Amino acid sequence: MKITDITEKLDLKVLAGTDGLKTDITGGYVSDLLSDVMGNAREGQVWITLQTHQNTIAVASLKDLAAIIIVKGAKPESDTISKANSENIPLLSTTLDTFTIAGLLFELLKME
Amino acid sequence: MKNYRADLHIHTTLSPCGDLEMHPVNIISEAEKKGLDIIGITDHNTTRHCKLISQLAAKKDIFVLQGAEVTTKEEVHCLVFFEKTDALKTFQDYLDTNLPDILNVPEIFGDQVQVDENEMIIFEEPRLLVNALCKSLEEVEKFVHSLNGLFIPAHIDRLKNSIYSQLGFLPDDLAADALEISRNSSPEKFGAAHPEINRFPLITSSDAHYPENIGMASTNFYIENASFSEIRFALNGDKGRRISRI
Repeated sequence: MKITDITEKLDLKVLAGTDGLKTDITGGYVSDLLSDVMGNAREGQVWITLQTHQNTIAVASLKDLAAIIIVKGAKPESDTISKANSENIPLLSTTLDTFTIAGLLFELLKME
Repeated sequence: MKNYRADLHIHTTLSPCGDLEMHPVNIISEAEKKGLDIIGITDHNTTRHCKLISQLAAKKDIFVLQGAEVTTKEEVHCLVFFEKTDALKTFQDYLDTNLPDILNVPEIFGDQVQVDENEMIIFEEPRLLVNALCKSLEEVEKFVHSLNGLFIPAHIDRLKNSIYSQLGFLPDDLAADALEISRNSSPEKFGAAHPEINRFPLITSSDAHYPENIGMASTNFYIENASFSEIRFALNGDKGRRISRI
């Protein structure tokens, strides 16, 4: 499954990083502590978080994550958006909370 | 010039986690006992005890750096300090505006009381002070600097509420006046694992919540006199002023 499939099926808004939308997804990871994501997330995962800080993009890039989903409609800072564009990390947004969007993504990936 | 011993991270009875023995008179007598020349008053998201402690400390020849320990939106703790009374007041308004309306439950989190010099309670903060402000690390930093304040990410070596635990690493172009290392580590130890911190001045302080913790970690300021501007010179290494660790 590709990022474009989940943006469509989960009604996610693409905020930045459109060049990375063709990436394949291997799974998901949920955490709001960046140190935890650096230690435990795996390549190709979609990272669900409420963090909007610019460091999220560097972490996603470092760990070769497929995309970031920001929950509850939170607005990322402008430097986060520009970094996502320069690093080609799809920055996606949902109005849903973490529990709900993680559940929906889990169901979707399970069907593959 | 001479060395002034400073512990810049001390909580009071206003912090929910601060012991009820951390009232102004007690803090000052403990600081005196420990040989501190400068103390920083840094309650969680409030500056309301600074003025009284500063006035009482002056009588004992102890200088008080007035500020707070702010919780940013990312739940990173940062020490902030201000020189002028009006800047401190403006920052208190900023805290009041940006703290969420979630009430404290003293049985769970602890009391948040402001007292006078006779240890009589004069105010109880209804909102839970340890919550995160709805302002990012960078937004807080910019606001503090717009008021000519000092901005110092706290206990960066800790595994919770630190810039490393919450944000993984130091953000690009972090505009910090210094970084604080907790008394559980040391600048040498943490700097060996994270050499990027060494481009900042590094202070150590106690983060005291109990009287006996005051002065357990401190930083020496080699300065002309105990004042805000001299402390800033020392952090910047200006005019022969400097900091050294004990």
